[in-house]
Amino acid sequence: MGTTVTLVKESPLPTRKARSAAPAAGKRRGRRENLAGYLFMSPWIAGFLLLTAGPMVASLYFAFTDYNLFNSPKWIGFDNFTKMFDDPRWQKSVEVTAKYVVIGTPLKLLLALGVALLLAQSRRGQAFYRAAFYAPSLIGASVSIAFVWRSIFSDDAVVDRTMALFGVHSGGWVGDPDWILYCLVALAVWQFGAPMVIFLAGLKQVPKELYEAAAMDGAGPFRRFWSITLPMISPVLFFNVLLETIHSFQIFGSAYVVSNASCGPADATLVYTCYLYQQGFKNAQMGFASAMAWMLLLAVALVTAVLFWSQKKWVHYEEDAR
Amino acid sequence: MSATTTPTPSEPLGGIGRKRARSLLWHLGSLLVLAVVLYPVIWVIGASFKPSKDIINSLDLFPAHPILANFTGLADGIADISIWSFFRNSLIYSLGAVAGILISCSLTAYAFAKIRFAGRNVLFALMIGTLLLPYHVLLIPQYVMFQKMELINTYVPLLLGKFLATEAFFVFLMVQFMRNLPKELDEAARIDGCGHLRTYWSIVLPLCRPALITSAIFTFINAWNDFMGPLIYLNEPSKYTVSLGLTMFRDSDGVAANYGGLIAMSLVALLPVLLFFLAFQRYLIDGMATSGLKG
Repeated sequence: MGTTVTLVKESPLPTRKARSAAPAAGKRRGRRENLAGYLFMSPWIAGFLLLTAGPMVASLYFAFTDYNLFNSPKWIGFDNFTKMFDDPRWQKSVEVTAKYVVIGTPLKLLLALGVALLLAQSRRGQAFYRAAFYAPSLIGASVSIAFVWRSIFSDDAVVDRTMALFGVHSGGWVGDPDWILYCLVALAVWQFGAPMVIFLAGLKQVPKELYEAAAMDGAGPFRRFWSITLPMISPVLFFNVLLETIHSFQIFGSAYVVSNASCGPADATLVYTCYLYQQGFKNAQMGFASAMAWMLLLAVALVTAVLFWSQKKWVHYEEDAR
Repeated sequence: MSATTTPTPSEPLGGIGRKRARSLLWHLGSLLVLAVVLYPVIWVIGASFKPSKDIINSLDLFPAHPILANFTGLADGIADISIWSFFRNSLIYSLGAVAGILISCSLTAYAFAKIRFAGRNVLFALMIGTLLLPYHVLLIPQYVMFQKMELINTYVPLLLGKFLATEAFFVFLMVQFMRNLPKELDEAARIDGCGHLRTYWSIVLPLCRPALITSAIFTFINAWNDFMGPLIYLNEPSKYTVSLGLTMFRDSDGVAANYGGLIAMSLVALLPVLLFFLAFQRYLIDGMATSGLKG
């Protein structure tokens, strides 16, 4: 995402230059360009107002009301929020989601980076492996795969029996409140292909001379990774960390299907959005659900802000890139 | 093991054996990852040919006596709904989404990339901002809005956003692509008297084919896989998409009465995505790769 931000800054402002050059004709042309621009943009502008900005305002208002879709919203101040903080199920959903994000995201990114490093050495079959490893990212979000996951992690099924051989855990993962979350984590990690492809593209852009020079100076493989590879791909790493973190905060479908729509057992897979769904669409607590949604937005905004702030310390952008 | 201790693996002699060892290790590592990645897919293929009672507990990847009953059973449909109905609905949703994204996102991207209008940079920043916005903040008010408009149980709530370019990722992808097209082309078009609509349609769009194909395939797959949208907006089984249809295979206790049917249907539901992937994997992977890099 750092890339996009620099893009915003860099996008040139030729409008003013064009205007000052030939005042009269430029003005007319500028007006025509404005009209054309807004005409082309009109679907997006309509969508932004109707489906993004408008709903955000409405959602903020609902968050402070008691609203069940059939009555008209009744202003109750911060009641939804105080109720939320006291609600043990809300606390549980925060805990489950935090656990999922904190365990799943680093594992997924580590695997993505590790496999990308492996594949970056061009050898025969590289393109095949790259494609095959990417495939789970496309099908992983489907209900089909969620059902497959539920099946292979069931009691006495293949994962259970294999892991029991290593003495890890036996007795089924899906039915056990202490283990089912790891089943979801495994499903997320299985989809390491998307960040891997982005890592690979980043690794390809590291100049080969740097490695040759370092090898001449006697730097070993770890030193080369730490001092060359990691700094050179840090913008890509940042992009992946940001996107994967935000993405995993919003897990819904896999938790819903793997737990058989129960978010159980014992609320063990009650991820944040599942609880939001239950409150909003099962209990018709639109006000409470809106308040929950805004807490999620705040959490995501906070994480994004912290990541962007930390970026200064560890992400290296090449100054002469453009 | 000794292969990794010396830093320069380029001496002519002795280097050959080391090179071969490294190559072997590389292939071993890749194959190991491949096995883990492919296992669930191979599992579902094998399981769909097993009788229901063997699906979970039998460790054989492929059954000794494969049966077709799971697939032939699908022809009966589920709860009086034909399987084709789910597929038809998913197709309507997915193809509608593709049409919407291609039209609306390319128009928006053209404005950002090729038209110099006042406020462009502000709008671009807003558009990028929506990339990071969790969808769930919009979920409740959008539902309330569509409910007031009596559009629940139609495909309008699922498709409207696609026709109004709310998928910022694809706008961004197309902007990046259009910015990299040679400027001389649209300048020449303007000198020849082409308006923006003409330039967009006859010059920019044809050149953007790779970006359009990438967006179309991603959109199709996302809509095909979408679960939350249909779950919230569709409440009549005859309107269900494949994702929702699949969940009908379990009863109220969450136990699938017809486990074989569930697994066979899961496989069939995966097929379009897998086929698209095999046909267009280059476009998908390149599209994914460039999203993380400087345009």
